[in-house]
Amino acid sequence: MQLVVEARGVHKHFGTLHVLKGVDLLVAERELVFVIGPSGSGKSTLLRCLNRLEEPSSGSIVVDGVDLLDPRTDINRARQRIGMVFQSFNLYPHMTALGNVTLALRKVAGKSRAEADELGQAALARVGLADRAGHTPGELSGGQQQRVAIARAIALEPRVMLFDEPTSALDPELVGSVLGVMRDLRESGMAMVVVSHEMGFARNAADRVLFMDHGTIVEEGTPAAIFQAPSHERTRAFISQIQRH
Amino acid sequence: MSNWDRFVETFFNAKVMAKYLPDIAYGMLVTLELAALVIVSGIAAGLALALLRSLGWRPVNLLIVFVVDLFRALPPLVIIVFIYFGLPAAGMSPSGFVSTWLSLALVLMAFSEEIFWAGITSIARGQWEAARSTGLSYGQTLMNVVLPQAIRLTIPPLTNRTIAITKGTALGTVVAVSEILGMASSAVSNSYNPSPLTLGAGAYLILFFPMVVFGRWLETRMRWKR
Amino acid sequence: MLQTFFNLDIIGQAWKIILAGLGNTVLLSIVVVPLGLAGGLILSLLAGVRNPWVRWPLMAWVDFFRAFPPLVLLIFLFAGLPFAGLQLTGFACVCIAFFLNTGAYYGEILRAGIESIPQGQIDAARSTGLGRVQTMLFVVLPQAVRNVLPDLLSNTLEVVKLTSLGSVVAMPELLFQARQAQSLTYNPTPIVLAALIYFVMLWPLVRLLSRLENRVLARA
Repeated sequence: MQLVVEARGVHKHFGTLHVLKGVDLLVAERELVFVIGPSGSGKSTLLRCLNRLEEPSSGSIVVDGVDLLDPRTDINRARQRIGMVFQSFNLYPHMTALGNVTLALRKVAGKSRAEADELGQAALARVGLADRAGHTPGELSGGQQQRVAIARAIALEPRVMLFDEPTSALDPELVGSVLGVMRDLRESGMAMVVVSHEMGFARNAADRVLFMDHGTIVEEGTPAAIFQAPSHERTRAFISQIQRH
Repeated sequence: MSNWDRFVETFFNAKVMAKYLPDIAYGMLVTLELAALVIVSGIAAGLALALLRSLGWRPVNLLIVFVVDLFRALPPLVIIVFIYFGLPAAGMSPSGFVSTWLSLALVLMAFSEEIFWAGITSIARGQWEAARSTGLSYGQTLMNVVLPQAIRLTIPPLTNRTIAITKGTALGTVVAVSEILGMASSAVSNSYNPSPLTLGAGAYLILFFPMVVFGRWLETRMRWKR
Repeated sequence: MLQTFFNLDIIGQAWKIILAGLGNTVLLSIVVVPLGLAGGLILSLLAGVRNPWVRWPLMAWVDFFRAFPPLVLLIFLFAGLPFAGLQLTGFACVCIAFFLNTGAYYGEILRAGIESIPQGQIDAARSTGLGRVQTMLFVVLPQAVRNVLPDLLSNTLEVVKLTSLGSVVAMPELLFQARQAQSLTYNPTPIVLAALIYFVMLWPLVRLLSRLENRVLARA
């Protein structure tokens, strides 16, 4: 099985704060890796290192065969292969949904307007929002905005999708629509790294679950192993805290 | 003499600057006096107009809006020229100092009224209703609930605007006011050397640079508090 | 009263001169506003550089030209430069002085606008592969300009009013022509006429600004 993401020995310091302490993360093709952990554990930072939105202090990060930390690497081209979805959607308010999805297609992938629009419409259709292409973010619900954000990322045909707490900012009744899209993506064979609190989704869809705490991966295993029979004390404590809700 | 030396001799001539320093210093006092008068009268008048407008008498408000628009649209120099050169035809002869003060105060009045008004109207209806429902009178509500909040919103734009308008005191030169630029300009013609202008420029910086930095600091403080 | 301040005969004599002045005022504005905006844009983009060796001198430059009265700058250039061997026309002096002064103001406005765009927008754009320049051009600037449009318009209004300073260095713009006409006819009507023209020309912008300002503060 090919490795899509190969991160080894990743350290990240923010000033004197040692946020990532030598983390290894390997993601194979078609794998869905779920990352859980308390806030401050470094999960978001790790995710953001995977497309170099954060610069690791040391370590190596290879995505789809490209060494992201090599100064000779064209990071903009590399980022087209890595899709990212943010907690606060970050849609461009001054453009329509279609505009949001096609901007990178036109400016980075160099597609013509017609080509880009076609690909953009297709991406929007995949997330179930083909009829909202002309709407601006202000005219869409939170769940719809997040789905547009997903379309924006998948339109570039990435090899791996990174999700940074994609449903944490959504009203409960809108979460389902986004998780549905994520499930579809999973089924279509996309490699995914998801940082989230949606344990139900993890139990059903994840191949591997990683528990992070204080900058290290404490334990990893199948969802069954982690949720029902965690071996580490800290994992157990966290899981029982979550399940109390 | 090298080019640099010649430059310094011309624009930074110590002898000429020393000779006219007293004049420039006097000019600074005049500028300060003018600035202080403009700021106090302009802002007070602007606040008064905004408060008057809050009473809600339509004909009065239309007049206020017209006056405010007028003094926001006219360049201050035009107003100065009109007052100094135009009013004598109607029998009034204001001095250069008074013309400059009046013009700048009227402009500051107009801008500050708009700023105060925007601040007052932005305080949510809910604040008014809550205060009035506890029995506070219109005046008390205004003084104790609305104005304190409005003032926080208005301080950054107000400081910026005040500084911009107060720099207009330099316009007094056009009507023979003995402020910095006026004194510097005559010194330049008398000595045939531009150093007094350099000195004058320095004087303006001493007066206004701190104000701009203060304004910047004030803006950041107001932003944190929100 | 009317004979003194709104003398129709004098208007008849002077209107051609006044109109020529108006033409110059408009010409000056058309040149100076884009110049100032361009200067401001450059300053605001430079302000994004993290290197303190760039940021501090930049901030000092901006504060310097915001503190320096434009008239003094103009006089300095007009009266001072000849001593350095440079003989510039009134028009050129006005353009340079305005470029420096209004560039600083526009720069501050644009800088505040750019800084108000949340980092998430930049993250999203970069994560799809857009480069730094593309992100600024297509994502940050369009939003920033939209956000500070009232301030930009307000400053543009100031710049047009500032053209009246040209009269001090004998630039034949509206105010200068009006004063010429006034001293020739010993009657203040031309000044009233000029004031009227300024008002008619700028009042729509003032009204527009008033509406925009109220809306912006109301949202705060």
